[in-house]
Amino acid sequence: MGMPSDQSPQTDGAWVFFQFRADGAEVRCALQQVQSRLRGQLAPDDVGALELALAEVLNNIIEHAYAGQVPGQVSVSVARSARDNALVCRIEDDGQPMPGLTLPEGRMQPVADRTEDLAEGGWGWALIRALTRDISYRRSGNRNHLQFHLPLTA
Amino acid sequence: MRLSSELIDGAQVVRVEEERIDASVAIQFKDRMRDIAGGGGRMILDLGRVAFVDSSGLGAIVAVMKFLAPACKLELAALSPNVGKVFHMTRMDSVFTIHALAPGQGHGHGHAV
Repeated sequence: MGMPSDQSPQTDGAWVFFQFRADGAEVRCALQQVQSRLRGQLAPDDVGALELALAEVLNNIIEHAYAGQVPGQVSVSVARSARDNALVCRIEDDGQPMPGLTLPEGRMQPVADRTEDLAEGGWGWALIRALTRDISYRRSGNRNHLQFHLPLTA
Repeated sequence: MRLSSELIDGAQVVRVEEERIDASVAIQFKDRMRDIAGGGGRMILDLGRVAFVDSSGLGAIVAVMKFLAPACKLELAALSPNVGKVFHMTRMDSVFTIHALAPGQGHGHGHAV
C-alpha cells in the first residue's frame, strides 16, 4: 500500500489507495477498509454508494478480466474532486481488456412478470452507471484503467 | 454464513447473522437457505443486521425466492437504507413484500425502507 504514483492534477490527492489480489476475500477486506476509512468523513449514503460502485467494478474484474487465469493485482484509489462535489475513483488491473475496448451499456433490465423468469444477475453495470458520472475506460499496454466520479449528496 | 431460524405466528423467520451478502458468500447463502427452508407457507428473511448487499447478493436472494416458490413465499424485513437502495435501483422492491420491521423484534428495531 502507498500513495498512487501518478496522482491526477484534478484531485486533491488520494484519500484511499489500495492494492490487492483480485479475489473475493481480498475485495471484501478492501471494501470494508474503504468503508471504515471514509465513514465519518462522508455522509452514510455516499459511503454506501461508493462501496456498492466499487464492489460491482471489482466483482466484474474478478469474473471477467481475470476469468480463467490466476487472479492478478487490482489497485483502487479514491480522491476528492477539486472541481465538483464528487469523489474521483480509479481502478486498474492487468487482466483481459473489456470486449471491444468499450464499457458495457449497462441498461437496467426490465423485471420479469413471473417469479420463475426473474433474472438472478446482470445488474452490475446498470448499478455502476446509475451511481456514477463521467465514467471512462482506457487500455494501456496490458493494463485496464477505469475512472469515474461519484457525486456526493452532502 | 450464519443464519438463525424460528417460527413466529406461523411464518418461518430467518435472520441473517452477518453484515454482508456479497459475491464472496452468495453461493454459500443460497446453499444455507436451501438447507434451512422448512417447507411451505411464508418465510420472512430478516436483513436487520445486513449493512451491504451487492448485485451478487441480490441475485442470491432472488434465487432463493425462486426455489422456494410456489410452495413458500419469501418476504423481506428490516432493510437498512443502503440495502433498500439496491432493491429500489434494480426495481426488485416491486417483486418482494418488504416489511419495515422484522417479526418478534419489538419496537425500534430495523429501519424503514
